[in-house]
Order: sequence, then structure tokens, then C-alpha cells
Amino acid sequence: MTPHPAPETGPFLGKLSLEALPIHEPILVVTFIAVVIGGLAVLGAITKYRLWGYLWTEWFTTVDHKRIGIMYMILGLVMFLRGFADAIMMRLQQVMAFNGSEGYLTPHHYDQVFTAHGVIMIFFVAMPFITGLMNYIVPLQIGARDVSFPFLNNFSFWMTTSGAVLTMVSLFVGEYAQTGWLAYPPLSGIAYSPNVGVDYYIWGLQIAGVGTTLSGINLIVTILKLRAPGMGLMKMPVFTWTSLCSNILIVASFPILTATLVLLSLDRYAGTNFFTNDLGGSPMMYVNLIWIWGHPEVYILILPLFGVFSEVTSTFSGKKLFGYTSMVYATVCITILSYIVWLHHFFTMGSGASVNSFFGITTMVISIPTGAKLFNWLFTMYRGRIRFELPMMWTIAFMLTFVVGGMTGVLLAVPPADFVLHNSLFLIAHFHNVIIGGVLFGLFAAINYWWPKAFGFKLDVFWGKISFWCWVVGFWLAFMPLYILGLMGVTRRMRVFDDPSLQIWFAIAAIGAAVIACGIAAMLIQFGVSIWRRKELRDESGDPWEGRTLEWATSSPPPDYNFAFTPKIHALDAWYDMKKRGHQRPVGGFRDIHMPSNTGAGVILAGFCLVMGFALVWHIWWLVIASFVATVAYAIFHTFNYKRDFDIPAATVAAVEDARTRQLATGA
Amino acid sequence: MSDPHHTADGHHEIELPHASMRDYVIGFALSVILTAIPFWLVMERPLSDGATAAIIMVFAAVQIVVHMVFFLHMNPKSEGGWSITSLAFTIIIVVIMLAGSLWVMHHLNTNMMPPAHDVSQLP
Amino acid sequence: MSAKTITAADEPVQFYDLDEHPHPEGHSTMLGFWIYLMSDCLIFAILFACFAVLGGNYAAGPAPKDLFDLPLVALNTAMLLFSSITYGFAVLQMQMGKVRGVQLWLAITGLFGLAFLGIELYEFHHLIEIGATPQRSAFLSAFFTLVGTHGLHVTFGIIWLVVLTIQLGKHGLIAANKRRVMCLSMFWHFLDVVWIGVFTIVYLMGVLR
Repeated sequence: MTPHPAPETGPFLGKLSLEALPIHEPILVVTFIAVVIGGLAVLGAITKYRLWGYLWTEWFTTVDHKRIGIMYMILGLVMFLRGFADAIMMRLQQVMAFNGSEGYLTPHHYDQVFTAHGVIMIFFVAMPFITGLMNYIVPLQIGARDVSFPFLNNFSFWMTTSGAVLTMVSLFVGEYAQTGWLAYPPLSGIAYSPNVGVDYYIWGLQIAGVGTTLSGINLIVTILKLRAPGMGLMKMPVFTWTSLCSNILIVASFPILTATLVLLSLDRYAGTNFFTNDLGGSPMMYVNLIWIWGHPEVYILILPLFGVFSEVTSTFSGKKLFGYTSMVYATVCITILSYIVWLHHFFTMGSGASVNSFFGITTMVISIPTGAKLFNWLFTMYRGRIRFELPMMWTIAFMLTFVVGGMTGVLLAVPPADFVLHNSLFLIAHFHNVIIGGVLFGLFAAINYWWPKAFGFKLDVFWGKISFWCWVVGFWLAFMPLYILGLMGVTRRMRVFDDPSLQIWFAIAAIGAAVIACGIAAMLIQFGVSIWRRKELRDESGDPWEGRTLEWATSSPPPDYNFAFTPKIHALDAWYDMKKRGHQRPVGGFRDIHMPSNTGAGVILAGFCLVMGFALVWHIWWLVIASFVATVAYAIFHTFNYKRDFDIPAATVAAVEDARTRQLATGA
Repeated sequence: MSDPHHTADGHHEIELPHASMRDYVIGFALSVILTAIPFWLVMERPLSDGATAAIIMVFAAVQIVVHMVFFLHMNPKSEGGWSITSLAFTIIIVVIMLAGSLWVMHHLNTNMMPPAHDVSQLP
Repeated sequence: MSAKTITAADEPVQFYDLDEHPHPEGHSTMLGFWIYLMSDCLIFAILFACFAVLGGNYAAGPAPKDLFDLPLVALNTAMLLFSSITYGFAVLQMQMGKVRGVQLWLAITGLFGLAFLGIELYEFHHLIEIGATPQRSAFLSAFFTLVGTHGLHVTFGIIWLVVLTIQLGKHGLIAANKRRVMCLSMFWHFLDVVWIGVFTIVYLMGVLR
């Protein structure tokens, strides 16, 4: 793949030509062949077993928050494998490139790998995972039947997927950005990145960003408007509180990313001068704006998982959560404070002592509410009867791992320290420490915790424990050397090294990455084995962990309508309260239930947006206009459809509930 | 909370904010005044630039409130108080972003840019 | 069968809402749209921030006092303000249940909106003709983007207005259409609020600098 800018070939194809295919890059050719074989196998199997109709009506067009949640999790998992592949490639390159060796990746390729790794892990792994979790669980926890805007929910999912697809397409048609995951100008401007890579970056994120923002609005309104009667804000489960705050952060920060990327795209497409070096532009303004988004983003990622840890700790300690009120206040404090720390990402850009001191202090202050949460979890465990099921194991691993990452964060918050450590491997180690220790371990805890609810059977414990230990050992092996290297002065994103004494640390890190790879493999095996053995692992009760919140009041999986009768809430830990006070599940008197209808509009609109994104990347202007018109026209057409609901007849509800009654009776 | 009320056939409907001619006329009249005076002040310059700038900013803020109250029917009770809460939160974030960016960029420009006679300044 | 349990105090406690009143249709719509408007507010805030930071960077090119025609801007502002009150009249007609009245005032609102856009396009055309293009300097990039984004929003508002007028013709003042009228109302007035910021900070303050 030549690094030269692709010339416009003509009005029909824009910059697109056969030159865009990376046939000279063996790694990409092999990957492409593998993807084609794998893709054909999957598509072939779906066709052979005649599943297209089923997939379309039951999954792609669904407006059921539970199914959308599962689709998000699958998206996150698939993209995780891609992002991890990029990580392995980097570890391999860095351990090899000593003593005169250049490694196996050219600078052009290596720069794309670390950029794609960051973008994919944040936007197409972490965000879909947390969105999937919140989508599945929040309506159940508040006693609702779905989110406020079910169609918008489906549309949001497909927009995120379109963004992911556009990003993946860059692997085989053209190239990706070589700028790092935040694409700072002037490097990302048209003068220094004249080829299509940064455009793939921009449009992939813009399309996904629309989905994320709409999803944020959806969940906020759901939590504010659809809570079961009696569930005041201070009776909501903690996971719902953290979801509310995370979605507030989404709605209040993603527009900033959207606007900033629009400005960058105007610089690239229209020759404006927002972030150029000349004619009055200011690249520093981009850095400022992008981090005003970027800092709230990391809290978006972690807050839902803090909620998970609260649920898991209290459930598996058999005690109510210690300090619920302070947990809520801590979460709200973190939400607000996350807006006044952003400059700590560029202490070294030169704003001077007064500005750096202010932001250094605010950054240290923001660690305090998180510390409060940690103490609350510990006090919850104290004098509890702790059950070391997998979710609890992951939670304890989180506590031990995340705390180290948090402490290095406070260290970095000191501007003079940051002057030495900014953009070193110490920084890389810090943020992987908190993201893997916090977000990823939290996701694994959540998956093990809520999988039985979603699928009706537990996950296999043996392979779960193997995955757990591989991840924990692998993480520490992979990232502790990076702290050491960073303290010794090694810069991030380096492809080749001169100092042979550093190689041992990279070797340890590479071994750690290999151990993590085993952990990932073990997790995939865990999923497979669990599905294979699902009859033995079956849970009939719907409440396998002695849960405390409303999602455990339903069958596993819950019926389409979640609750035949909306629960009435009297206390925190509503389900625990209901069990303790001897609630009687209604077994008759069911009514029709009003539900939203499935629709293909989300898939179609997101599909048009995907085409538009591709056309924008390659400057195929007629296609840009055509797909834009198609998007707007179809959206308007969709608004002419007023019949979007249907009723589940009372008889159907009765049949489902009767089956549930029998299921509970056999278990009792 | 938008209290559902029943129409004649017992069907639930949400309560929409109630508009009145009086609100719109007052809002319009105030807006005209709050627009005309700033334009006149800048076009004729009877006052110093500093004073003019301060007055037009204040008038803009007031007119925004006028629009919110008389045209958008903002009141602390709509949507169970969430309308005004989300508005307040948004305003706080906007102020932080604007003030923060101006402060940060001013310092960055002072320290890092070559001497420029057109560095932006807003009162 | 009811789900009652006798507690120690011998009071029945209901754990299930057996006489459920489901949420009315469109229960979430107004709040949802309002929150979307708050997110749109943040997009404009970024564009204002850029204008505030970069708006003094003329790159030895034309500055606001060389370019801005305040009487024209005043006319434009008047068009938008009139359109706000005509939309208000449309809402009043809706409260009286008069579909034709709503459609009429929506159409008039649309005409004022088109007048606003027409004047703005004329202004942009003139600026480009005299060399004050968006590419000339960061100030002009910020100016065209901020004012242009507002204009794009007005354009989408007018398209929505046309669609809604047609839908009112088809279905009348059903609950769904009333919600849509109120949402567009919020959108339209929000655009006027943003314009207050634009004419103050971009045009008036620009000339004052």
C-alpha cells in the first residue's frame, strides 16, 4: 500500500481504484483470505439452515431492549478480537525491533495498527459492551417493559455497527489513519495525511457517534420516566444510578466529539483553517476540544462497571450495599467533576503554571469519590458471607488491579511528574491498568453475573476460572514492565529501539500478552462449553445468585414483555424486599400488554449511512448525495408510519405465565 | 410529572404545555426591544465600546430567558422538574467549556504562539 | 387473584400493580426531544467556543467591520423573530383544534424561515464574491461554520415543517401530530435562541472589537 495520496480517478469512482487494494501487503492478504473463508462459512451456515428469515424478524428488526443488548455484546466481542489482534501485533513488533532489526511492520503499517487498536477498543469494544449491558439490564431493574424509544434503540445499534463496519473495511480497501486514536492535527489535516485513512476514522466515529448519542438520550429518559411506581430515585439500584450518570455524560460530551470532528473534516474537505498551521488556525484548539470530550468519555466507560461491582459485591456478600447514599453522591460528584479535569491530558502543551495547577488539583480531587466507593465495597464485604463465584472473583481482581492504576493516575496528576511521564509507556500502563482492571474485569464480572438471566443457564465455572487466572496473571505480566519502561523514559508508539537493555521488559510484556491470549481463548471455550452443556447448567428459578434487584424477579430469559404486572416498589433492593416479605406472584387476571412493533427502518437507515460514509471517504460525490437523499427520504417516509405498536393478547400472557408457574413449581 | 388526563373517550393523553396569546405577544414585544436596542447601540455608538459590549451581552442573556419563558413555556414543573434541571446542567457545562477553553487557549497562545496582534479576546 | 401479603402490622402490601394504567402514548417524547435539544446546544457551544478563540485570527484578511452589514442582519433577525411568533399562532390554533389554522400559520412560519435563509445565502454569496471565503482565515472558517450550521438547522426545520403540514392534512390533530407540533415548536424556538447568541457574539461584538 503506497503512502502516496490517492489521486481522483474520475467522477464515477472518486479516489477509489484498484490501487486501494493492499495486494502487496502479505499480512493483509492472509487476513483477507481468512476473513473471506470465515465469512463464507458463517453466511453459508446461515443459508444452509435457513436462518435468514429468523435473523431478520427476530433479531435485526427487533425493538426489544434485551435482544438489542445481546447484539451489542456480540458486536463488542467480535471487535474485541480485532482490537486484540492489533495488540498482539504491536507486542510482537516491539519485542523484535532491537539490535538493528526493524521488526516485521513498516512505519506506515505500524502506525495504523496502534491507531486502529485504540479506536476499536474504545469505540467499538468498550462502548458497545457497556451500552449492551445497560440496554439489557436497566429496563428490568426499574420494572419497565422496554426503553422509552424502542425504534431509536434499534437504530442506534445499527449506526454503531455501521461505524464498526466502515472501520473494518479500511483494512482491505485503502488504509486507516496513522495518527493515533485521537487524530491530532496538523498530522491529521489534509496536508500531512492526504490519503483516506483519517477520513475512514472521521466517518466511522461520526456514524457511531450518532448512535451513541441517541442511545444516551434514550436511556436517560427511560430512567427518568419509566420507573415502576414507588421507585423514587433513591430506591433505584446502584447500577441504574451509574447508568443514568454515564448516559448523562454521553449526551453532554459526544456532541463535542461530533462538532470537533466536523471541524476537522471541514479542514480536510473544504480547506477551512480551524486547525491548520497557517491562516490563523490553531491545532492546540483541537487538542483542547477533543479532551473536553475525551475525559468524560473515560468516566462513561467506568461508571456502569462501578455499578456492576456494587451489585455483585452486595449479592455475593449476602448483604445490602454499604453506604448507598454516599455511593449515589460519589457517582454524581464524579459526573460533574469529570468536566473540570480535561487539561491533565496535555499538561505539556504549555499552558503554564496557573492553568496546570488548577487542573492538577481537580484531577487529584476526582480520585476521592472513587476511593469512597472502594471503601463502601470493602465495608459491604466486611462481615458478609462471601461466595467466591466468578463475578465476585472478577470484582476482587478489579479492586486489587484498578487501585494500582488509580494511584498511578494520581501520580500523573502532578504536573511536574507528568512532564517526565507524558506520552511515555508509564501513561500507557496507567490507562490500560484502569481500563482492563476496571472496565474489562467489570465486563467479565457482569457477563458471568447476568448471562444466566439472559440465556437461562450459567456459564461453566472451570473454564471461567482458567480464563480468570490467565487474564489476571497475563495483565500484570503485560503491563508492569511498561510502568518500568516508562519510568526509564521510553516513549509510546515507538516501532524500533536502540537500547538493547530494554528488550527484556518487552519480552516479559509479550509473554503477558500471550497469557492474556490464553485467557481470551479460555473465555471463548467457556462460552462454547456452557452452550454445549446448557442442560446441566440450566437455571429454572430465574434467581440463581439470590439477587436483590428486580431483574431477578423474572424468568430466565425474561418474557418479551418483562413483567406481566408492573411491580410496586417499597424499598431499596426491591426484589430482596419482595422475597423477604413474602410476595405472591400473580397467577391470573392477566391483561393485554401494549408493545412496540419490530421495524426494518433502523437497518435500512444505518445501511444508507454506511454507504454515505464510504462515499465520503473516497470522494464519490454522486454517491454521497444519493445516499444522503435516500437517508433523509427514508427517514421522512418512516415518520408517515403511525402504526408502530401492537398488543400481546391476555391469553398469550396467561400461557407464558402459566408455563412460568409450572417451572417455578418443579424447582421448588 | 406530565399527569395523564383522560379525553372524553377515556383515552390517556399526555399534557402538552399550554400556550396563550398573551405570552406570545409579551414575549415578542420584549424580544423586539431587546434586539433593537443592542443593534442601535452598536450602529450609532453613543456609549464606549466596553459599556456597549456589556449591555448587549446582558440583553442577549435576558432575551434568551424571555424566549425560554414566553415561547418555550419553561417552568420548573414541566416534566417533573427535569426540563429545568437538564437546562441548568447544560448551561453549567457550556459555561465551563467556554470559560475553560478561553482561559486555556489564552494561556497557550501567550506562551506558545509567536507574537500575534490578533489573539482573540472576549470580555 | 391479588398479590397481597399480611405483614406484622396486619396491613396488606401490594407488590404488583394489578390495575395498571400503562403510560400514555408519547409519554417520553417531550422530555426526550428536550434532551436532544440540550445535546444540540452543546454542538453550538463548541462552534461558539471556536469562534471565541479563533474569531480574532484574521490572517491579515478582512475583519468583521469590513464585512458585516448590520442593517441586513437586523432584517434577518426580524424574519426569524416573526417566524417565532407565527409558530406561536400555529400552536394557539392547535389548542383550538383548528387543523387548517395550524397549517396556515406553519406555512407562514416557513415563508419567514425561507426569507431568513434567502438573506443569509445572499450575505454568504456576497462575502465569497469579495474574497472573504471560509478558507481565507480561521475567523472566516469559524464564522461560516457557526452561522452556516444554524442555517442548516433552519433548513431542516423547514423541511420538517413541510412534512408536518402534509401529515396534519392526512391525519388531522391526532395525539401524535400534536406532539410533533410541540417538538417542532421547541426546535424552532431553540433556533431563535441560538440566533440571539449569533447576532450578539458574531455580528455585534465582531463589529465592536
